[in-house]
Amino acid sequence: MSTATTHAEEVHAHAHDHEHEHHEPNFIQKYIFSEDHKTIAKQYLIMGILWAFVGGSLSILFRLQLGFPEMQLDWLRPILGEWIDESGKLDKEFYLALVTMHGTIMVFFVLTAGLSGTFSNFLIPLQIGARDMASGFINMLSFWFFFLSSAVMFSSLFLETGPASGGWVIYPPLSALPQAMPGSGLGMTLWLTAMAFFIVSSLMGGINYICTIINLRTRGMTFTKMPLTIWSFFFTAILGLLSFPVLLSAALLLIFDRSFGTSFYLSEIYIQGQALPNMGGSPILYQHLFWFLGHPEVYIVLLPALGMTSEIIATNARKPIFGYRAMIGSMMGITVLAFIVWAHHMFVTGMNPFLGSVFMFLTLIIAVPSAVKAFNYITTLWKGNLIFTPAMLFSIGLVSLFISGGVTGIILGNSALDINLHDTYFVVAHFHLVMGSASFFGLMAGVYHWYPKMFGRMMNKTLGYIHFWATFVGVYCVFFPMHYTGIAGFPRRYYSFTALGNGREEAFTDLNMFISIAAILTFSAQAIFFWNFFYSIFKGKKATQNPWNSTTLEWTTPVEVGHGNWPGEIPAVYRWPYDYSKPGAESDFIPQNVPYSATPESNLPEENEEIANEKAIESLLAAQNESYNR
Amino acid sequence: MNYLIGLLSVVFFILAISVIAKSMKLNKNLAEGEDESTPLDSSNNSNAYGMLIFWLLGTVAGVWSFLHSLPDFLPEAASKHGIDTDKMFWVSMAVVTFAFFATNTLLLFFAFKYRYNKNRKATFYPVNHKLELIWTVIPAVVMAILVFTGWRTWRDITSQAPSDAVVIEITGHQFGWYVRYAGNDDNQLGNQNYKLIDETNSVGIDFTDKNSFDDFTATELHIPKGKPVLLKIKAQDVLHSVYLPYQRVKMDAVPGMPTKFWFTPTISTDEMRAKLNNKDFNFKLNCTEICGRGHFGMAITVFVDEPADYKKWCAEQKPFLATNPSYLEKVPANLKAKASKYIPAEPIATDSTATAAAL
Ligand code: HEM
Ligand SMILES: [Cu+2]
Ligand SMILES: [Cu+2]
Repeated sequence: MSTATTHAEEVHAHAHDHEHEHHEPNFIQKYIFSEDHKTIAKQYLIMGILWAFVGGSLSILFRLQLGFPEMQLDWLRPILGEWIDESGKLDKEFYLALVTMHGTIMVFFVLTAGLSGTFSNFLIPLQIGARDMASGFINMLSFWFFFLSSAVMFSSLFLETGPASGGWVIYPPLSALPQAMPGSGLGMTLWLTAMAFFIVSSLMGGINYICTIINLRTRGMTFTKMPLTIWSFFFTAILGLLSFPVLLSAALLLIFDRSFGTSFYLSEIYIQGQALPNMGGSPILYQHLFWFLGHPEVYIVLLPALGMTSEIIATNARKPIFGYRAMIGSMMGITVLAFIVWAHHMFVTGMNPFLGSVFMFLTLIIAVPSAVKAFNYITTLWKGNLIFTPAMLFSIGLVSLFISGGVTGIILGNSALDINLHDTYFVVAHFHLVMGSASFFGLMAGVYHWYPKMFGRMMNKTLGYIHFWATFVGVYCVFFPMHYTGIAGFPRRYYSFTALGNGREEAFTDLNMFISIAAILTFSAQAIFFWNFFYSIFKGKKATQNPWNSTTLEWTTPVEVGHGNWPGEIPAVYRWPYDYSKPGAESDFIPQNVPYSATPESNLPEENEEIANEKAIESLLAAQNESYNR
Repeated sequence: MNYLIGLLSVVFFILAISVIAKSMKLNKNLAEGEDESTPLDSSNNSNAYGMLIFWLLGTVAGVWSFLHSLPDFLPEAASKHGIDTDKMFWVSMAVVTFAFFATNTLLLFFAFKYRYNKNRKATFYPVNHKLELIWTVIPAVVMAILVFTGWRTWRDITSQAPSDAVVIEITGHQFGWYVRYAGNDDNQLGNQNYKLIDETNSVGIDFTDKNSFDDFTATELHIPKGKPVLLKIKAQDVLHSVYLPYQRVKMDAVPGMPTKFWFTPTISTDEMRAKLNNKDFNFKLNCTEICGRGHFGMAITVFVDEPADYKKWCAEQKPFLATNPSYLEKVPANLKAKASKYIPAEPIATDSTATAAAL
């Protein structure tokens, strides 16, 4: 075929004998308590998909209430039992439980574990040229802590008093006082337990990702030759590592307040005819701690999606990503700024207004690197030669949603405007587009793109197209109109809007119905994906080694990637990951492991100078092998 | 409505059909042995046209739905700062809508225009510092302007309330609001303590403070038009949030940490009724912080009165002490004389209906 791949094969041919001795792992070691990053990634992915269906179904339940407040829901009694009250309506407390669990599941279990857990695990070793994660054992533990966390969280759905119901942010005192709502009893205890396990899991994962990226890059893979995916996973892991512990401390203090009579968050409370003894605590303290994680969390969810999109868009536009360094720079900027904007969620909590001004300035600064990223994606498409694989479609969808949801951040970040919009559907629309949908599209793009590497088979593309269009249209139909109810002042976490009075509920009855129908259709369309995903694992068309003609290292592994990833030597890296359609080159892509000396026809002047370094890169081989045999 | 559902179904339907139709062709081509070296398939053009159709239908649907919802947005702001923030909101909206439309258009249009063509090669265009500089600076400048105007408005809104502001205490609890007025004599709210709360004294008024003697409570919020109003906001049990949608006022109610918000109402209830041509219109106070099962229904009615009417209404209200003379016991000896002034001459049987209603 092309010269590029021939060279790739030559590099393989240089391989020395691989000195590992393996024992053939048994079934349990291979599929359950596996230390192989690829298996762990698949475990995360499948858990993530299952969680997404749970989280999605919950939202459909409460959308039924919002869209059809008159509807008789007796038919749900076999599933929901007592949560459907005598009049055939959703129980009001259970509505809040649904909203809370939906938010928690989507943010943490689907888009943190399911997205970053899957792809950081899968792609980091494959793209940087490592045999596995720095510590396979800790990596395995990380998944099993996540599993434990999932089990606890899931079991809380079946409590008689219901799961946690105070919103996904679980603000105390509501979440601290079981007498305030039934969900703040055992349900909240389980929520906190599950989240503690979850944090442990994501810390173990994050440390591993960081160590692996720093220490295990193959020879020649300098930081400036790393694919943007890896950069995004790197920043994501740093964000998580620095912010999740703060959530853990917030949760611990809450546990103390709940169970040991402390007053970190409680003060001067009179509830159910009783004055509590707690004095001196501050609910605002909790909010600061929570959002110190909470805001970085939205980037923890989003950055991996953006990173993967960079890769997919470049590959399928057959064009280098525009502004590689600016992309890294803006991700770095976002990472740093993400830590100092948290209080924009708290403009109207009674926080000192001067702090509000400071956080408004910082927040609007973070919009700049985000805008730069959007422009870079668009410019990457410009004069490309676009191949619309399902992954490419989802990536373009992601960029669109990222923009559409992002622009309203400029409004919400303005504290004066946030007064009226805070905690209304405008916010719900904003974050569902920019964080929920955009990251979800990133997840989908990633699955479609790397599926052949994961399972050695292809997903059906036609079903992929249908899935994309239904989801893209659907997501806009669901979330775009929520801006309107937001501008009309509809508060979020409302079971019904009757108390707004003045005919405001009636004015938007149609719109709410429309949103609910669109949500049901969009959710149903995910069945296409579900089928395609599981069916193709067994019956999909066999994949080729590099089905998308991509340049990164994972595509130099065999179709069925074994333990240790490369049967021979790990390839060296000589060039950046975006040599697509390079002038002069015969093939329209040159993989990273092809040395410049092999491509004199397409080298730029400064690249010719790099030929001199190739010897030095190759000489690192012994040291690299050494490091694996230690 | 039917129209909307119809539109939605049609969109879904057309897209599904067109994709399926194209892919049928694809399968045929595949059978004839398509080039396996690229992931390209014959749906590529349909997907590209899909982008164009999406742009077109999206634009139409966006514009139409906006115009359709426009009359149902919150009516004109009924407070001084609300008029400013509304103006700023729509200006910002115009700016971001422009950005939203322009970038999405470019994105979808490029996706369409640069769809795969085997006679063309993608342009190797990895960087252009000038371009990057431009599109870093432009958003930065626009942002700076927006922030600056926003900051000035925010600063004014959150500034110290004027000293002549009408002070009203509003306390959130599961699931309702207690309103306490400073009284007709001193315009000073007396102290309050959560440990003094009982079934009658539902906000825990402290009668060792002489400023409490003339305080009165109510189940609705009355405020004078054109006068600055300072809300002192409290919560008894969990977080709540005071939301006056028409006055564009929002501030959390936090147990153990009093908060405040001051504003000047500009439209009276009667004027708003006339404006909206709706005799039954009433301003509302809603809760916007999740607080439990009754959160969504936690609302009271707000009356914006002409100043004279407000005075009259206040004069008609009886101090808490007057309706509940038994609380005279709690008044320390040295203030008893002052407090007794508020007790009706002929001691009546304790009448707690006013506050009982507030419960
Ligand atoms: C099936 C698609 C989805 C639908 C129809 C949907 C709908 C909604 C609605 C209407 C609410 C507000 C409910 C209320 O305030 O009463 C909500 C809350 C929320 N959603 Fe979604 N959503 C979907 C997917 C997602 C995704 C992918 C995410 C991931 C970020 C997400 C995250 C959240 C969060 C964090 C909340 C706030 C929960 C809270 O208020 O505590 N949702 N969703
Ligand atoms: Cu934030
Ligand atoms: Cu509430």
